Amino acid sequence: MVASRAVGSLSRFTASRMLRCPGYICRSFTRSSALLTRTHINYGVKGDVAVIRINSPNSKVNTLGQEVHSEFIEVMNEVWSSNQIRSAVLISSKPGCFIAGADLNMLTACTTSQEVTQISQEAQRMFEKVEKSTKPIVAAINGSCLGGGLELAISCQYRIATKDKKTVLGSPEVLLGILPGAGGTQRLPKMVGVPAAFDMMLTGRGIRADRAKKMGLVDQLVEPLGPGIKPPEERTIEYLEEVAITFAKGLADKKISPKRDKGLVEKLTSYAMSIPFVRQQIYKKVEEKVRKQTKGLYPAPLKIIDVVKTGIEQGSDAGYLSESQKFGELAMTKESKALMGLYRGQTLCKKNKFGAPQKEVKQLAILGAGLMGAGIAQVSVDKGLQTILKDATLAALGRGQQQVFRGLNDKVKKKALTSFERDTFFSNLTGQLDYQGFEKADMVIEAVFEDLSLKHKVLKEVEAVIPDHCVFASNTSALPINEIAAASKRPEKVIGMHYFSPVDKMQLLEIITTQKTSKDTTASAVEVGLKQGKVIIVVKDGPGFYTTRCLAPMMSEVIRILQEGVGPKKLDSLTTSFGFPVGAATLVDEVGVDVAKHVAENLGNVFGERFAGGSLEVLKQMISKGFLGRKSGKGFYIYQEGVKSKNLNSDIDSILASLKMPSQPDVSSDEDIQYRLVTRFVNEAVLCLQEGVLATPTEGDIGAVFGLGFPPSLGGPFRFVDLYGAQKIVDRLRKYEAAYGKQFTPCQLLVDHASSPNKKFYQ
Amino acid sequence: MTSLLTYTLKYLPSTSQWALRFSMRPLSCSSQLRAAAAVKAKSKQTLAKPNMRNIVVVDGVRTPFLLSGTSYKDLMPHDLARAALSGLLHRTSVPKDVVDYIIFGTVIQEVKTSNVAREAALGAGFSDKTPAHTVTMACISSNQAMTTAVGLIASGQCDVVVAGGVELMSDVPIRHSRKMRKMMLDLSKAKTLGQRLSLVSKFRLNFLSPELPAVAEFSTNETMGHSADRLAAAFAISRLEQDEYALRSHSLAKKAQGEGLLSDVVPFKVPGKDTVTQDNGIRPSSLEQMAKLKPAFIKPYGTVTAANSSFLTDGASAVLILAEEKALAMGYKPKAYLRDFVYVSQDPKDQLLLGPTYATPKVLEKAGLTMNDIDAFEFHEAFSGQILANLKAMDSDWFAQNYMGRKTKVGSPPLEKFNIWGGSLSLGHPFGATGCRLVMATANRLQKEGGQYGLVAACAAGGQGHAMIVEAYPK
Repeated sequence: MVASRAVGSLSRFTASRMLRCPGYICRSFTRSSALLTRTHINYGVKGDVAVIRINSPNSKVNTLGQEVHSEFIEVMNEVWSSNQIRSAVLISSKPGCFIAGADLNMLTACTTSQEVTQISQEAQRMFEKVEKSTKPIVAAINGSCLGGGLELAISCQYRIATKDKKTVLGSPEVLLGILPGAGGTQRLPKMVGVPAAFDMMLTGRGIRADRAKKMGLVDQLVEPLGPGIKPPEERTIEYLEEVAITFAKGLADKKISPKRDKGLVEKLTSYAMSIPFVRQQIYKKVEEKVRKQTKGLYPAPLKIIDVVKTGIEQGSDAGYLSESQKFGELAMTKESKALMGLYRGQTLCKKNKFGAPQKEVKQLAILGAGLMGAGIAQVSVDKGLQTILKDATLAALGRGQQQVFRGLNDKVKKKALTSFERDTFFSNLTGQLDYQGFEKADMVIEAVFEDLSLKHKVLKEVEAVIPDHCVFASNTSALPINEIAAASKRPEKVIGMHYFSPVDKMQLLEIITTQKTSKDTTASAVEVGLKQGKVIIVVKDGPGFYTTRCLAPMMSEVIRILQEGVGPKKLDSLTTSFGFPVGAATLVDEVGVDVAKHVAENLGNVFGERFAGGSLEVLKQMISKGFLGRKSGKGFYIYQEGVKSKNLNSDIDSILASLKMPSQPDVSSDEDIQYRLVTRFVNEAVLCLQEGVLATPTEGDIGAVFGLGFPPSLGGPFRFVDLYGAQKIVDRLRKYEAAYGKQFTPCQLLVDHASSPNKKFYQ
Repeated sequence: MTSLLTYTLKYLPSTSQWALRFSMRPLSCSSQLRAAAAVKAKSKQTLAKPNMRNIVVVDGVRTPFLLSGTSYKDLMPHDLARAALSGLLHRTSVPKDVVDYIIFGTVIQEVKTSNVAREAALGAGFSDKTPAHTVTMACISSNQAMTTAVGLIASGQCDVVVAGGVELMSDVPIRHSRKMRKMMLDLSKAKTLGQRLSLVSKFRLNFLSPELPAVAEFSTNETMGHSADRLAAAFAISRLEQDEYALRSHSLAKKAQGEGLLSDVVPFKVPGKDTVTQDNGIRPSSLEQMAKLKPAFIKPYGTVTAANSSFLTDGASAVLILAEEKALAMGYKPKAYLRDFVYVSQDPKDQLLLGPTYATPKVLEKAGLTMNDIDAFEFHEAFSGQILANLKAMDSDWFAQNYMGRKTKVGSPPLEKFNIWGGSLSLGHPFGATGCRLVMATANRLQKEGGQYGLVAACAAGGQGHAMIVEAYPK
């Protein structure tokens, strides 16, 4: 397979040459005797320019692994030693990907930080050679150029990128809990300036080609081509190569200077950065900001600052050394293991393991133009799905349509869309009050009010008009799907699609299948979700499914903690400092007090004592006073339009005071409060796996982190158990059980893991 | 007749030398005829259709096409249009009151004369009873004016229509910013001093930044030259090929101008300036000179330059279109028939300038002709790269199959029949006026060279295109 690919690429290469010079074939054949044995990297010579093509077999992306590394060294040595070659172009043959980064498996296979440091040092050495190459090397970038890919590109003398939407440059290492370990921390600040480099490395954000050009990250842009003599993608890469070759020649002939003219602002910043005092201030500012945002939970950002600082203040040798050492240290941290696990999980949850559905969904219909319905419409229309948005009243429909328009228009303001694209996307939306056109719908998603009889009513109405193949999906956060499906003539076509609010921001989609749901229906729902850009977990039906079920006991605990006298602000700070992105009290306000009560009541009835804790009366009294959370302007906090700082709603105090519970001092330390919340969450999650609601721990982790904001630094409840130790968690649970009873009884699976330390959710 | 002949033959002695000789002569004669027909074996003798009015072009004229900012720079568009109309009146001697309707095409509109057809017609002394309207369809605006005329005549609504086009790029409407406009409009509505002052207090200096007419495609925000450069790259057309084609256009135009073939040009006495008698954009240069130019759009490595693109041009054109029977009744000897035409449109981003590729096979099929039937091709030359890309696309089976839904390519037109009197690259391209120039060039070429069918094709902004078959009026 590998060999045939290599031969294939060889034949393609020679075919184009053959036309121009017949003698070339033999030459290139002898030259490329080594080519046949190389799998990832090949090169050919055009005039005096070596064109080095990266194309890892059997993969959509190129990654930098050991094999690629050694082949690259081989190729570069040949390029450097050849008298015929004066310059080189580095390009990927894959459309949509230059180099997506380092091979993560290579890093996770390491058991000591020394091993990782060594990998980093090898890469550093290689890239240093590239940087110091006397033969200019031009990186021709089409598609993602991330992590190690970017580090390689910025080691080259010149960079040319296609102005394609898929072309993204970035240093996302920080999102994996590590740092750019192949010279990136040293070269990037020199190239784009310290502030921009910090921004890139600390946020991990991807930078589009035109922005990269402005920043000085790339030197030239190439516009993607339309159809011509070949398919657009193919010809674009070819054109990029042609352009890169002319620049490589120009650089070798010294007709083009690799130095870039800096603008006034850039000159001023670089001057300012030459003043040690200014630099110190910047380090301080950035560090402060990072500490505030990470709450000390993530070690990578601080180390990045440290390494950059070392490079600038103590010279590159010290910088490179520090980079490789810190890289090694970070790769061994729990945080990076957690984050890498999440990254893997996310990749897994972006695949449709149910296969392609029999019929592609082209026409979607959404019932209910509320926050959820309109949100679902928004993420559908901009992916080209024809979408009907139906509501009962013109006012409600209008509000929904405006939400979709505003969502798209915000993207125009951020220049992610053109106004023309916005208009075309918006034209995919049809707003209506009746069921016209439903006879052509391939899928209906209902997002009406959470009321079983209402859901039954719309289900019956819809089934009267939709075609046989049409899937009926219910967007509900707690109503069991089989109860909804009970009213259906065709329960095999009924499925749950639980979106999270706000739909255009939250990545997760929880798909719920009943025993009757057909595999094709599931495949269809997953396909639509993936099209909408969602990360998807598929769970079995049951009260609260997976996400709501995990959240409910934690929420119950939140209420109890409040009743025990811990203020909402204090509780929020305890939860955020544990790593939750939103404080627990704020979360209740965001979800809606009425929704929380509804869920708590429902699940409390089903699961009984395990979901007990705080008193429902707190929520009931809040509702009776109209404190429904953010949507009503008052909850635990007071919300005012345009006012950012939140003030406590003092009226809550009297409610909490009247329902006060005695606190138990030995389980009420700050840490205990945090663990009371988290262990209840984790215990319920593990129970979901034990009961088969969840198919895999990965889905459990992804659901918890992307849907509920479980601390990403812990990697999700299952990763947390693995990294923190099941025994410790069981010990905690037992301690709280002693104080509060059955709510904290560890589930059997957790106990099993505790009793045999070799048992891990992730092997 | 034939029966008579056979009858005679039958009763003649079969061995008669005379009879043999006699029968030989017509035979040899007919073989000659057949040989002559084989040279120009047309798929169809004529494109006349039963029960359809024949529509003819009697004649057409244009003002000299000038580089923007030269002699026409102080005029308004309707002045130029008027000059074309006066020229047409003079050339054809058509009585003004016979004209049923006037249609003009234009692209960048002068706001004061948004119906430029009417303003020009009134000023040119046409009857105020003759209605006029203005059409716009980017670079094929005057094509649209002509085909609208065809529609009016074919449906029996009109008999005599003047169609034309005008563009004055020396002056373009530059507007106040939207914010400024809004403030000015609000001010005009403000009633009290207080209201006025509060409005004026909202004034910011950036309100004064002007708004230029977009040179870019509205939907994609891409300028046409930029798109042309990408198109040339997509079809792998080199800078040299583009420069060579531009040089060809200029050389052929120079030759045609020198030989007096550009007979549609009428002199124009510009008020306060000398009489303009000929196009001033024809400048044959050398490939070396052209190679020195820097790319105009995709910098620094693009291939489209000022030398291989059409330039901003001022000019106007007009043609007199009649129903055939009316023309004959009025004693005219028409130049050509206007036959089948098509409009096409495609992706305005990546196929912006491929209109001719799509339109050519379509119009040929519609007319029942093949590429070989065409004696004169007149294609609008927006950019060298665009023309060459179209030629390559028409010659590509792959493109025909994957993008046009056709089984095979239509083939590219032979260059010896293609734009041999120059084209938009050299003669100039006043957006709204080029269509009539193309049709008149085709008609005049067919008359001059004795061909029968001509094909006009053009691309236009918005990813649109047009093609029309012009049939020579028999001599």
